[in-house]
Amino acid sequence: MEQTVEYASATGALSGIWLLVAIPLASAAILLLLGKRADKWGHWLGVLAVAASFVLGLVFFISLSGLEEGQRSAQQSLWDFIAVGNLHVDFGLLFDPLAGVFVLLITGVGSLIHLYAVGYMEHDPGRRKFFAYFNLFVAAMLLLVLGNNYVMLYFGWEGVGLASYLLISFWTTRPSAATAGKKAFLMNRVGDAGLAIGIFVMFATLGTTQYDEVFGNVSALSSTTVLILGLLLLLGAAGKSGQFPLHAWLPDAMEGPTPVSALIHAATMVTAGVYLIARSNAIFSANTTLQVVVVSVGALTLLMGCIIGAAKDDIKRVLAWSTVSQIGYMFLGVGLGGGAYALAIIHLLAHGFFKANMFLGAGSVMHGMHDQVDIRRFGGLRKYMKFTWLTFGAGWLAIIGIPPLSGYYSKEPIIASAFERGDWTAWLFGWAALLGAGLTAFYMTRLFVLTFHGPERYTEDNKHPHESPFIMTVPLILLGLGSLVAGYLMHTSVADWLVPVFGEHEEHHAVMPHGVINILGIALTVLGAGLAWLLFRKGTALEPQPAGVVVTAARRNLYTDAINEAVFERPGIYLTRALVFLDNKGIDGLVNGIAAGIGGTSGRLRRLQTGFVRSYALSMLTGAVLVVGAFLAIQLGWLA
Amino acid sequence: MEDLKLPGIDYGALLPMLILFGAACIGILLEAFTPRRSRQVVQLSLAFLAVTASFIAVIFQHDTRKITIGGAVAVDGPTLFLQGSILVLGLVSLMLIGERQIERGGPFVSQAAITVGSQKDVKQAGDQPGATEVYPLTIFALGGMLLFVAANDLLTMFIALEVFSLPLYLLCALARRRRLLSQEAALKYFLLGSYASAFFLFGVALIYGFSGGIALGQVHAAVADPQRSQVLLYGGLALIAIGLLFKAALAPFHVWTPDVYQGAPTPVTALMAACTKVAAFGALLRILYVAFDGVRWDFQPVLGTIAVLTMLVGAILAITQTDMKRLLAYSSVANAGYLLVGVLALNEEGLSSTMFYLVAYGFAVLAAFGIVTLVRDGDGEATHLARWAGLGRKSPLVAAAFTFILLAFAGIPLTSGFTAKFAVFGAAVEGGQTWLVVFGVITSMLLAFPYLRVVVLLWLSEPSETTPTVSIPGFLTSAALVIGVAATFALGVVPAPLIDLTRDAAQFVR
Repeated sequence: MEQTVEYASATGALSGIWLLVAIPLASAAILLLLGKRADKWGHWLGVLAVAASFVLGLVFFISLSGLEEGQRSAQQSLWDFIAVGNLHVDFGLLFDPLAGVFVLLITGVGSLIHLYAVGYMEHDPGRRKFFAYFNLFVAAMLLLVLGNNYVMLYFGWEGVGLASYLLISFWTTRPSAATAGKKAFLMNRVGDAGLAIGIFVMFATLGTTQYDEVFGNVSALSSTTVLILGLLLLLGAAGKSGQFPLHAWLPDAMEGPTPVSALIHAATMVTAGVYLIARSNAIFSANTTLQVVVVSVGALTLLMGCIIGAAKDDIKRVLAWSTVSQIGYMFLGVGLGGGAYALAIIHLLAHGFFKANMFLGAGSVMHGMHDQVDIRRFGGLRKYMKFTWLTFGAGWLAIIGIPPLSGYYSKEPIIASAFERGDWTAWLFGWAALLGAGLTAFYMTRLFVLTFHGPERYTEDNKHPHESPFIMTVPLILLGLGSLVAGYLMHTSVADWLVPVFGEHEEHHAVMPHGVINILGIALTVLGAGLAWLLFRKGTALEPQPAGVVVTAARRNLYTDAINEAVFERPGIYLTRALVFLDNKGIDGLVNGIAAGIGGTSGRLRRLQTGFVRSYALSMLTGAVLVVGAFLAIQLGWLA
Repeated sequence: MEDLKLPGIDYGALLPMLILFGAACIGILLEAFTPRRSRQVVQLSLAFLAVTASFIAVIFQHDTRKITIGGAVAVDGPTLFLQGSILVLGLVSLMLIGERQIERGGPFVSQAAITVGSQKDVKQAGDQPGATEVYPLTIFALGGMLLFVAANDLLTMFIALEVFSLPLYLLCALARRRRLLSQEAALKYFLLGSYASAFFLFGVALIYGFSGGIALGQVHAAVADPQRSQVLLYGGLALIAIGLLFKAALAPFHVWTPDVYQGAPTPVTALMAACTKVAAFGALLRILYVAFDGVRWDFQPVLGTIAVLTMLVGAILAITQTDMKRLLAYSSVANAGYLLVGVLALNEEGLSSTMFYLVAYGFAVLAAFGIVTLVRDGDGEATHLARWAGLGRKSPLVAAAFTFILLAFAGIPLTSGFTAKFAVFGAAVEGGQTWLVVFGVITSMLLAFPYLRVVVLLWLSEPSETTPTVSIPGFLTSAALVIGVAATFALGVVPAPLIDLTRDAAQFVR
């Protein structure tokens, strides 16, 4: 598939796109450098910076839509970032339809979550530092989506990784938070190494990392090179987005404050992998094997996420596994290729709204329940938290895909696309996606019912749940509204908007009629939700009960942690122990031996320095005899 | 009877030397006719004035390339560069020598002839101002060094050697504290120096027998003639080299260095470490590059072995030293080895990089000994390493400066030590002497240990009761330290101007 990519340079209002990154970055720097002096007003500066970026983003978005359809892109090269030999990397930005929708998502949802965090973090002494990291994250995430080459993307990629690490372990006094931060960091390193090597491969084979030049020349590469390149990028994407086999860090990342979970680990950062694949669509569309791998990762992860999510009792963990599963849908979408790229992006945007909404709702519940997170200890909260109940309910209905809420419009087309694959795999992936929809309905309904309905099962210290303050409920209401209508508003407009990036959507023949798929999807959803309602409307036991093989496995994350430990961690530990032993005994022994030898020589030679002129004169004479002798020996041919 | 014809004399080219020798003679007269109270100020001013004027004269000569006064003196690029270096380093040394505020009466004894330990001696140690003869002596020594690097015949070179050596022997004996050690050092230096001079003179005689002349150009021409006696040539070359190797402190002719460096008054040690090194290597460069370059394949392995031996001895013995001045002495020995590596490149790059190294090392070593003069207790300088423990806590600024200088000695980037070592090693590789560079790098690694041990001692050890105080430096010492440290930094960060200067100067006249 020949594809030429050209980006227009930024003119007019669009020449200010660098401000999008610069404003939150400057705010983060101010908050960190001023230290305690900024404690009183720092959080408002943080909110203001992201809001300013949002307003600017909106202005740029409107000016971009004012351009003719074929020229909707604005590229800006700020300075020569790296210039070594053949390697030239610009510090360049690109604002095109794809980057535009991401900017609006990041800054729009980001603004609401920043606002919410003002209330959520009110009693935390580290609130200023929290907002500094939060702004740093926004700046890095914007750089990630705005870069016009892979090195810029990598720059932002590592920046969000850093912010994520800092924020997961924000409560540094909790050992579990520190461990979760480390786990996220290490697993991300695996993925990041893949991405970095992918960029190296790109430079080695194409001589550039610039998007337009890379995409324009992909067709010149051998299909093996494209496969390797794509797999490396996929490794990076899987690491950042919590996809199998690098998914284990994401649920643990919920140790961070809830606004972090909402913004970074649900709405934006974890979708960076989807962005990477969508941005690199020229590479992924060029190799069908690659696409099958992406689709398989997506399908496997979405089912795993559903199954594990159904067995968890921690409100944030359930949502985290749900995130893993929903990103699985997005991977499924970008793996299908063609018009499904746009569908994945639409699902990503819709998910950004309803998942952020539910995380903030979960935060609101925890806020009113003394940081209780066990859904077995909730129940009947709808009486005490009207706003939270209603908005969470909107998110719940959205994610399970009840028409006409946003999940229906974003997820249904992906399922339908899966059935459009041209061979037997259509049945496999299509049914996986359908099954996932039913499971999603089951575990989300379980979560919703156990939290807000049924009998109250509070612990002793939680007798008086209360609604959260105004500043937290306003973002909830706005995001709740987004959950209701975003899908409907976006499902055609955004698809058209993204045509310049992904090309026209072509209808393929599905193995089942679309209407049947649609009805099956709704039926499975209603079935799953109804089953959960029946099972949990009367509450549940206060402690996990012994269960069968499947539930036990799901409770233990389908043993993926155990596999990681057995395959990577233990051998790694043994390897380091062996290396330390070798270092201590072998290398250090050698080094210390040499050092001792030289020290001993030095001590012995010192004795020659007697302090007597006569012995000095003798040593000089000896030297003189040797030098003269050596010269004469050379001259007489004894030595040469 | 043949008419004696006076050779043509270019007084302009000789002006830098004439100024110094003239000023030294005036200084001696001043010693006789100036009242005691004002001698210090007058002599110090005269010395500064003379060195500065001489330096200006060098600058005015900058494009002179000629042989004058009957072939005895060659004024060319290396001469002028080395003379300029000696004068600048000499000026900084004079600042250390002229310091009178750290210790009452200064670092020099007032009357060296008084018996050590007698009542008169105790009295003079307490309140007598130091001898002002040190200034004319220093100027004489500097003048001799200028002539040494310019000497174009072997006899002039010998005379210059004696002219700068004799004042140094005297200066070594003039320490106010630890006078016995100082006198012992001076006597050792004198005896061994005379011994080495005898080798040199004998070598000159053999070369005269070989070539029938003493001018370097004549020797060069004779070397090319295979009919002449090769035994005389190699014997003479070896003995002349020994005389110069002694001054440059190369193994096994370095044995005097630790004792003399330790015993001499520290400012004089600084003068010897910086300026004598420049002079000795200047003469060695001229002898090897101008007179004997025809037999370079024969002397390269012998002198190369000496360079390796010097680097090893300097590095290995530095490890177990417990006295700061002796440690710096062995470091100076090792550095002489690195310089010889540069010399043995025997190409233009070798010449320019050696000259760069001399300047870079000169500034660093002046700063190092300058700091040694500051760390003292009631009995004078506290030079035992153990006494320096924890100095970083008590006097962070001085300890930081010393740390920086030690890093420069160790050849860490961003210091002149790195650029200088890089330059000589690069030249040696280019000159086909890679084996010397291998030893150079290995010994640099060894040497890093004693330097870093001192750094650890300064910063990571707890200060003890006996950790001495650091005296507040007077204006002169402060200026010398600032110049030394700043030059060490500047030559590490922007070495290009000086490297260009050495490259422009790297051409001998014959």
